[in-house]
Amino acid sequence: MVEVTDVVCSLCGCVCDDIVVEVEDNKVTKVKRGACSVGKSKLMGHNRIKSPAIRVNGELKDCSYDEAIKKAAEILAASRRPLLYGWSSTVCEADKVGVELAEELGAVIDNTASVCHGPSVLAIQDVGLPSCTLGEVKNRADVIIYWGANPAEAHANHMKRYSYVSKGFWTEEGKKAKKLVVVDVRATKTSKMADVFLQIEQGKDYLVFSALRAILYGHADVVPDEVGGVSKKDLLETAEMMKGAKFGATFFGMGVTHTGARQNNIVNAIQMTRAAHTHTKFTITPMRGHYNVAGINQVCTWETGFPFAVDLTRGYAWYNPGELSATDLLIRQECDAALIIASDPGAHFPGESIKHLAKIPVIQIDPFPNPTTEFADVVFPAAVSGVEAEGNVYRMDNIPIRLRKLIDSEYPEDEAILKRILDEVRAIKEKEGN
Amino acid sequence: MAEVLIKNGVVYDPLNGVKGEKKDICIRDGKVVESVTNPKVIDAEGRVVMPGGVDIHSHIAGGKVNSGRLFRPEDGRKGLEAKTKVCRMQSGYSVPNTFAIGYRYAKMGYTFVMEAAMPPLAARHTHEELVDIPILDNAALPLLDNNWMTMEYVNGGDMDLLAAYVAWIMKATKGFGVKIVNPGGTEMWGWGKNCSLNDTVPTFDVTPAEIIKGLAEANEKLEMPHSIHVHTNMLGHPGNFEITKETYDLVKGVNTVKDRQVMHTTHTQFHSYGGTNWGDFESKADAIAGYINQNDHATIDIGSVILGDTTTMTADGPMEYSLYQITGRKWTNHDVELETGSGITPFLYSGKSPVNTIQWAIGMELALLVEDPWKIALTTDHPNAGPFIGYPILISMLMSKKRREESSADMHKVIYDKALLPSIDREYDLNEIAIITRGMTAKALGLHEHGKGHLGVGADGDVAIYDMSPEETDAGKIQKAFLNTKYTIKDGQIVVKDGEVVATPDGKTYFVTPECDDKLTDEMMVKLKDKFDHYYTVTLNNYPVQDAYVPNPYEIKTQMRG
Repeated sequence: MVEVTDVVCSLCGCVCDDIVVEVEDNKVTKVKRGACSVGKSKLMGHNRIKSPAIRVNGELKDCSYDEAIKKAAEILAASRRPLLYGWSSTVCEADKVGVELAEELGAVIDNTASVCHGPSVLAIQDVGLPSCTLGEVKNRADVIIYWGANPAEAHANHMKRYSYVSKGFWTEEGKKAKKLVVVDVRATKTSKMADVFLQIEQGKDYLVFSALRAILYGHADVVPDEVGGVSKKDLLETAEMMKGAKFGATFFGMGVTHTGARQNNIVNAIQMTRAAHTHTKFTITPMRGHYNVAGINQVCTWETGFPFAVDLTRGYAWYNPGELSATDLLIRQECDAALIIASDPGAHFPGESIKHLAKIPVIQIDPFPNPTTEFADVVFPAAVSGVEAEGNVYRMDNIPIRLRKLIDSEYPEDEAILKRILDEVRAIKEKEGN
Repeated sequence: MAEVLIKNGVVYDPLNGVKGEKKDICIRDGKVVESVTNPKVIDAEGRVVMPGGVDIHSHIAGGKVNSGRLFRPEDGRKGLEAKTKVCRMQSGYSVPNTFAIGYRYAKMGYTFVMEAAMPPLAARHTHEELVDIPILDNAALPLLDNNWMTMEYVNGGDMDLLAAYVAWIMKATKGFGVKIVNPGGTEMWGWGKNCSLNDTVPTFDVTPAEIIKGLAEANEKLEMPHSIHVHTNMLGHPGNFEITKETYDLVKGVNTVKDRQVMHTTHTQFHSYGGTNWGDFESKADAIAGYINQNDHATIDIGSVILGDTTTMTADGPMEYSLYQITGRKWTNHDVELETGSGITPFLYSGKSPVNTIQWAIGMELALLVEDPWKIALTTDHPNAGPFIGYPILISMLMSKKRREESSADMHKVIYDKALLPSIDREYDLNEIAIITRGMTAKALGLHEHGKGHLGVGADGDVAIYDMSPEETDAGKIQKAFLNTKYTIKDGQIVVKDGEVVATPDGKTYFVTPECDDKLTDEMMVKLKDKFDHYYTVTLNNYPVQDAYVPNPYEIKTQMRG
């Protein structure tokens, strides 16, 4: 048995990196400390796609990697409008090959941000993002706001490692000396811990942000007695708490990005932060979901110039979310083949786009079977990044951390599979003389 | 053996005292040699030949550069170019994608660029982007001045331990030299505040002046190739020139065994301001240049303005906040635990604005008023005062008073009252241009000892052949020649021909590994470990940049002086 320390979790955007595990006979046998229950389950391993497979007469038939590579490359090379989607639950090294493949194919490349924090990206492009690393929150923050986010269940270590429950340099007393504000449409495990819980009406986030902004800018007089289900008294108290903070930190989740005013919610959330910043230090950070969704945004941006929804048909990058995100393309029934990696549109996309996805040839690269596997035509099992493969990922605050390899895998890494597909596509194109 | 002979060129190689001589350049296996036997011959036909350009200060890779790209798709769209058989796709003007950075610099004849600010905690990100920049050799300067470790050692007067920490950071980040950005001020920005040179930083009980002096001493103890590289306090504030001069004075007594300055201060244009507010704002380039002329311990780069829209970005968080408050445009900020911060906001330099007009003049004034070109480097602090693609404009301005006069006539009339530019007659010659774009910069970085910035035997086979005769006086033609080379040769390989990129080899990353006494390191590690155990959110073992992120390493070893 070997004890491995400083293990990095490849589950959520928290990317906890102080996990200790035991490894015996090329298996992770025990997660000793550091991981939450979901992270632990990922580290310990669960059911896997067993073999590469190609769908024949409606059934997935096991095949060799060579056969699957050949088939995948044929599908992509023959496609007039390929879509390469996913990229958030793999490492940046794989993402880079993905961008290169998209460039070679003249494909649309999009990532899961387009169905989670894509609206946040649009808001950032509008007004910017006054933010900080999670350690700044840990060491300094005395007022913490979770808005449309339920970390107690979705990012289970977030409060303990980085925010409300953590202890840092100027926050050595921990939560005793901090205030927690939770804004949500329903009571959650997180809201039960809060000093202030603002239960707002569904879809009224924009109004509540506006009210707080008005108060923070000294215009409380224009705020009515009740906004979005929250009393003016509570809003005034919350604003006072924000103004009185030494360092305030707002975290927001999918409860705000995909309801009501969508990206305008986030613009308003950022404007509220800027308003608070006129009184004291205040920051705002999106609660990124997958462990490397921030990373694919980084890679896609430094290589193409744009973070998601990038069309490379013209040979250069054309960015237009609303037209070029994966769901847009699928709903218009525009793409005629798709490569799906490290994600599960089968479970998360709107019905109409899944319908089209089910009709066209789909290549899937993933360690684990999921609803997308049910209609995928070529399936590649891959090594699990962070357990069986190493590589760089970006935490929700864009801090880069290299995942560790704990055990050997019988499956190749995402990067290796993609490189082989890319080589094969190039070989086909060369043969065809273009 | 791959051999190249460049014949009939007029060579400007200032580090070897070659000032426009007809001279052959021989390259074998990527290095300059005495002679070659069976070379590929490039006939320069009387054109200007210089060593590959060396940029001493540019923001090309890392978190804030990429945040700039991410939040400015409107800038990305400005520079779109389709992939070719040789090149990958390009985007961006002030914040180009990684590929465009490599191609565009190479087309200007540059072969080495220093990334000017690397947050240690995010160093892996900087390196991931550097790896992706084609052609250019590169290095990065880790930020060391707002670090709690630094401030605590400065407070305790423990200069040896400070040196041990600097050494550890260099190794952990694969860094090249000590970067200082608004010392103390960025830590105070953690609370939304800022400070000036002699203010005390609360909790840590040190002044920015003490931090700068301490790091200068630590840097020289480690015999680093480069001096400390300083962005002084109060960037962009009217009247800041006094603070800038005071900063120079701080390190006057610091000794070095290296043949170079003990302080390089960067984007000095932003630090040469007179007046008390934006109303009576004026140029103090003469005061700064006067100081540099009278002293030998400090060098500067100009950070000259390129008119138009750009994306400003710096570790100086409070400065970017001030700028955003002036413009009301979008603003991104990213404070980094225990170390540094950063801010980003777009900015338009307009010739119609009196303030921008004076700023535009100051950069060039500095270049023209500092008498010895070995003390000054050409930069735009890319992209802060403008994108690097504007260098050829600046070169043509420095070489042509006529062009400066023509351009000044289009600027706000304040240029004739509050700037000095119209009164300066000096014109740079090509030898001086070669000094401020390669000779001086390589020497100030200590890279001339590693084959950069010159064409002596043993130097790297990095050569720029500009499509102009040495007699050329037409500013437009000079600008065009410096934008797109006839040839750029990197390690003996032609990478640009007739202004087109024809090959894209990988660049090398230069980094310094200073060694110091084990006992000292052990003592320092106790304190550092405590920081990781209690305050960092990444573990000590996951912090250092792995070798995988520096696939083409060039290591420079140094030893701490006892």
